[in-house]
Amino acid sequence: MFVINCPYCGPRDEHEFGYGHEAHIARPTLEQQGTMSDAEWANYLFLRTNTKGVHFERWVHTKGCRRWFNVARHTVTHEILKVYKMGEPKPDISAENLPR
Amino acid sequence: MSQTNRLNTGGRIDRSRVVTFTFDGKSYSGFAGDTLASALLANGVRLVGRSFKYHRPRGIVTAGAEEPNALIQLGVGARTEPNTRATQIEIYDGLVSESQNRWPSLTFDIGAINSLIHRFIPAGFYYKTFMWPAKAWLFYEKFIRNAAGLGKGPTAPDPDRYDKLYHTCDVLVVGAGPAGLAAALAAGRTGARVVLADEQSELGGSLLSESSATVNGQAASAWIADALRELGALHDVKLLPRTTAFAYYDHNAMSLVERLTDHLGPTDGKPRQRLWRIRAKKIILATGAIERPLVYLDNDRPGCMTVSAVRTYVNRYGVMPGRRVVLMTNNDSAYRVALDLANAGVTVPVIVDLRAEVTGPLAKAVREKGIEILAGHAIAKVHGEQGVKEVEVARLSDDGKSVTGSARRISCDCVGTSGGWQPTVHLHSQTRSKVKWDDALNGFVPGDTIPGQNFVSIGGAHGVFDLAACLTEGHVAGTTGALEAGNGGNAGSAPTADAAAEEQPQRPLWIVPGEKPVGQGGKHFIDYQNDVTAGDVMLAHREGYRSVEHLKRYTTMGMATDQGKTSNVNALAIMAGLRNVDIPSVGITTYRPPYTPVTFGVFAGRDKEDFLEPIRKTPMHVWHEDHGAKFEPVGQWHRAWYYPKPGESMHDAVNREVKAVRTSVGIVDASTLGKIDVQGPDAAWFLDMVYTNAWSKLGVGKCRYGFMCGEDGMVFDDGVTSRIAENHFHMTTTTGGAPRVMAWLEEWHQCEWPDKKVYFTSVTEQWAVIAIGGPMARKLLGEVCTDIPLDDASFPHLSFKEGTVAGVPARVFRITFTGDLSYEINVPPSYGLHVWRAFMQAGEKYGITPYGTEGLHVLRAEKGYVIVGQDTDGTVTPQDLGMDWIVSKAKPDFIGRRSMLRSDTKRPDRKHLVGLLTEDPKVVVPDGAQIVEHLKDRPPMTMLGHVTSSYWSPNMERSIAMGLVKNGRNRMGQTLYACWENNRVKMKVTEPKFFDPEGARVNG
Repeated sequence: MFVINCPYCGPRDEHEFGYGHEAHIARPTLEQQGTMSDAEWANYLFLRTNTKGVHFERWVHTKGCRRWFNVARHTVTHEILKVYKMGEPKPDISAENLPR
Repeated sequence: MSQTNRLNTGGRIDRSRVVTFTFDGKSYSGFAGDTLASALLANGVRLVGRSFKYHRPRGIVTAGAEEPNALIQLGVGARTEPNTRATQIEIYDGLVSESQNRWPSLTFDIGAINSLIHRFIPAGFYYKTFMWPAKAWLFYEKFIRNAAGLGKGPTAPDPDRYDKLYHTCDVLVVGAGPAGLAAALAAGRTGARVVLADEQSELGGSLLSESSATVNGQAASAWIADALRELGALHDVKLLPRTTAFAYYDHNAMSLVERLTDHLGPTDGKPRQRLWRIRAKKIILATGAIERPLVYLDNDRPGCMTVSAVRTYVNRYGVMPGRRVVLMTNNDSAYRVALDLANAGVTVPVIVDLRAEVTGPLAKAVREKGIEILAGHAIAKVHGEQGVKEVEVARLSDDGKSVTGSARRISCDCVGTSGGWQPTVHLHSQTRSKVKWDDALNGFVPGDTIPGQNFVSIGGAHGVFDLAACLTEGHVAGTTGALEAGNGGNAGSAPTADAAAEEQPQRPLWIVPGEKPVGQGGKHFIDYQNDVTAGDVMLAHREGYRSVEHLKRYTTMGMATDQGKTSNVNALAIMAGLRNVDIPSVGITTYRPPYTPVTFGVFAGRDKEDFLEPIRKTPMHVWHEDHGAKFEPVGQWHRAWYYPKPGESMHDAVNREVKAVRTSVGIVDASTLGKIDVQGPDAAWFLDMVYTNAWSKLGVGKCRYGFMCGEDGMVFDDGVTSRIAENHFHMTTTTGGAPRVMAWLEEWHQCEWPDKKVYFTSVTEQWAVIAIGGPMARKLLGEVCTDIPLDDASFPHLSFKEGTVAGVPARVFRITFTGDLSYEINVPPSYGLHVWRAFMQAGEKYGITPYGTEGLHVLRAEKGYVIVGQDTDGTVTPQDLGMDWIVSKAKPDFIGRRSMLRSDTKRPDRKHLVGLLTEDPKVVVPDGAQIVEHLKDRPPMTMLGHVTSSYWSPNMERSIAMGLVKNGRNRMGQTLYACWENNRVKMKVTEPKFFDPEGARVNG
C-alpha cells in the first residue's frame, strides 16, 4: 500500500489512486499512423516494458482531484523516486543515480 | 478435585476470579488471566488433540503464537472457530472448547490406524498415489479432504461485527517486551506520536515470564507497571494489547488485528475485532524470538514442550506443567528454568545437556539445588502413549550421531527441551528484506533493510537476549525513531539491568539420536502440525527434493496455521546436514502475511450485505416500488425490471408492456443513463476524436447516436449526444459505462490533448429522465407540455427543445431506443417523481403503461438495436455490427481508426452480428447458445459463434434472436443450429431487424 504524493493534493494513500500503465508513450500522429505497419501499430497499442528497476508510469487521483500525473517508481523496492506533472520531461533517474 | 497442577502461590493470574469453561464437554475451572492452555495444564489435562496425519495424541508444546499442536475448536454454532491456539485463548466464563481431528473421542480415535500404516503413507504419499489417473483426483479429493481436516468451519454467517481503523503515527513499536517498552518510553517522552502493539493480553513480553529479573533496581513486574503508567499518561502514546501486527506492507504500512472482545466471549453489539492499518514514519520491530524444540525420538508425546513454555506456565500462570519435569537442552536457557521449577517445588529429576561439558555459574547454581546434570547425554526415547510417563537417557557418542551404553529410565510427566532460539524475523522478512545466518546463535537474524521501508529490529528479534542490552537497544531505537520523525524532545534515560553472566555456547545437534536409527521405529517429529519427521526429510533428500521449496512442498513441512514457526530451521538444518552444506545454502522459504491466521470477518469489516456496495436508486424508485415493480441490478443501480399485475407471470407482464408501447404509449424510467456535460471551445473537436462518427457539423439543438471505440477499434460504449449550444454538448452513456466513459474522456484530455479547451462534468444524477414512447406519445406530451411545438417540422426526430413539462423546466429530446415515436424528458431530479405522476395521470385515458428494462430490451431487439456489453464483448468493431455508417470516412482521425485498418479487422469473414430466427417460431433459445453449422453426434463441434440476445417478441408473435456468427453477413438465408446442453435447434440467418425494418414508426 503506497503513499503517493499527488502533485496537486499532497501525499495520499494508494487506494485513492488509479494506475495508468507506462508513461511517455505518445499517441502516433496521423502522419505516423499512415506509415506504421500493423506490427508497429500493435507495438504501440499493446506492448509495454516490464522494467525491473526504475519505471515511469502514469497514475490518476481518481478519488481526489481526478488529475493524471507521472511517477518514477522502483519496481523492486516500490520506492517512489519522483512524482511529476503531465507534460513535464521524463526525469533522469536510473539504477545508477537513485535519489535516495 | 480442581486445578490439581496449580501452584499455591505465584503467577500473574487473578486467583480471586474463578472462571469456568468446558473442554470436550467436561467442565473445568481456571483463573482470570489464564489461557486455555494454562488452565488445561492447571487441571492436569495434557492430551488436547490428535495430529493431522497419524492422529497421534498431542499436547501443548509452547505458550505462545508459535503453538503447532494445541489447536482447538472454539465456540459453538455460527461463532465456532477452528484451529485456534489454546496458548493464545484467554478463558472466560462459559467458554466452550473442543479437541480436533479425533473420532469418536480424543482418547480413543479410529484415525490413529494411520499411525500403524505409516510405512505406507510417507511424505509425498498423496502426490504419488492419488494423481493417476488424473481424472480420479476429483474422486479422491473429497475423501482425502474429509480425512485431513483439522477443525470445522462454521456453516452459518458470522454474527459478529468487526471494525476497521486507519491510523498514522511517528513510531510504531511492535512487541512490548523489555526492548519494545524501552523504545516506546523513549519515543513517547520526546512527544512523538507512538503506537505500542503486542499480541498478548498484558504488555511486558518475556518479562511476564521472569521470576527474578530486575530493571532499574526493581522487580521486572514493578518496572512494567511503572512503564505502563508513564506511557498511559503520555498524550500521544497509544497502547494496543491483544493486537497482532500480522502484515508489513509497502511504504511502512502495517496491518494489525486487535481482539476487542474475544476474551469476554460472545458480546452482542460490541465489535469483536478491529483491523488497524497503521502508517508509521518509523517502525520498531521488537518481536522477540521463538524457542526451537529439540528433535528427539517420540518427541510428540503429550507433556513434551519447550523449556520456555515450561517457564511461562510456572512463572506467569502459577501452573506446574508436570510434577516431575525432565529438561533437555543444547544451551543455557534450561538452567534458569530448572531453578524456577525447583523454587516452585516442582521436581526436576535431571537436566540432560547435549553438550559434553557444562560449566559456569548457572550450572553451579543448579547443582547446588541438588539437580543432577547429565552432560553429553540425550533422551533416547519417550514412553507414554497418551502422555509422557518415562524417558530413557543415554550417553551421546562423541560425534553426536548415536547413543551408547545402556539407557537410564527416568520417570517424569513432562519433558522440556531447548534447541536454541530463532529470532522472530517474520515482519522483517515480509518487507522482502533478507535474513542472514548467525553462527553463534544458530539461527537467522535480520539482514539489511530494503530501501523504501523504514524500520529496525531490536532485542530478541535480531538475536540479542541479554536484558540490559535489550533495554539499551530499545531506548536508542525509540530516541532515534522519534528524532527521524521530527521529535527531538528529551527521551530521558535508558532503563538499566544487570548484565547477564556470559553463557556457554550451544551445541547444534539437529537430530538427537534415539535408541534406534531415525525412521526405524518411533518418530523424530520436526513439524508437529503436519506430522513431518526427520525421516520424511531424509526421504525427500533421497528422492531428490533437496531445495527448501521442494522440501516444503514434498513434505508439507512449514505449512498450515503455524507456518513452521517452531520447525522450519530444524528442517533446513537437517537437510543441510544430509546435503553436507551449510544451512544458509539450503535457503529459507519466504515469509508472507499473515503472521498468525486472521479471520475473514475483520477484513470485511462492515462492508458486507447492504454495505458491500452503494445502491443507487432513481428519483422515481419509490413509485416503482409502490406499483409492484420487480427490480434488477444494473451496475450499482436498481432498475425497474417489469411491473407484474396480480396473477401475471414475468412473461405475461413483459408481453403486455411491450405491446402497449407499440399500440398506445409506454413510459420508462431512464434516469440511470450516464450523462456527461461537455463544454468548451474544443468540445466538438474532442467528440470527433472519441466518437467514430462526425460531430463538428451537428447543428445546435440536434442529437446524434454515436459509438465510442477503444484505440483497438473495438466498441466500448454508445449513446446519444446532443448539441445544447455551439460549445456545449449533453452526452449520454450506457448505465453501467458512465464512470468508465468519464474516466476515458479525462484520460485522453489530460494525457494526450491537454491543450484542448474542454471540460467534462458528470451530470448523471443531475437529471431525472422519463421516456415516453408509442403512437400516442406526441399527443400525451402535448397535454403535459404546452410551450414546445411538437409537429415534425418544428421538433423532428433527433432534436431537442427546452421548455416546461408539468410546470417544470425540462430538456426534451426526441430520440428513441424502441423504434417508436418517443421523447426523453429530462428534469431536475427533485421534480422527477412529480413529472412521472403527471404523465401517469394524463396518460391514463390512453392506457399509459410503465415498462421496465426487460420490456425495453425486447423492444430494442425487435428493432435490432444493440446493447453494448450484451451484443458486443470487447472484440467487436462497428463494422462487425453491420454499422459501417457510424464510422466516418471523412474525419482524418479518431480513437480506434488506425486499428480498423488492420488486416484482421478488415477481414470479411469476422464474426458479424446477424438475426437468427428459429425454424419453430415458438422456441426461444437461451442467450449464449452456441451456433454450429455441421452437427455431430456429440461435442466437440466447430462453433461459429453464439446467440447474444434472444426474446419472445409479442409484436412479431414469434421468437427473435441476434448473434455473433463467423462470416455471418455472407450467410444470409443459411440454416444453422443453436446448441445448448442436449438441444439442437435450427435457426435461419437474417438481417438483424425484425419489426418495422423500414423505420417508419419513429414519426408516429
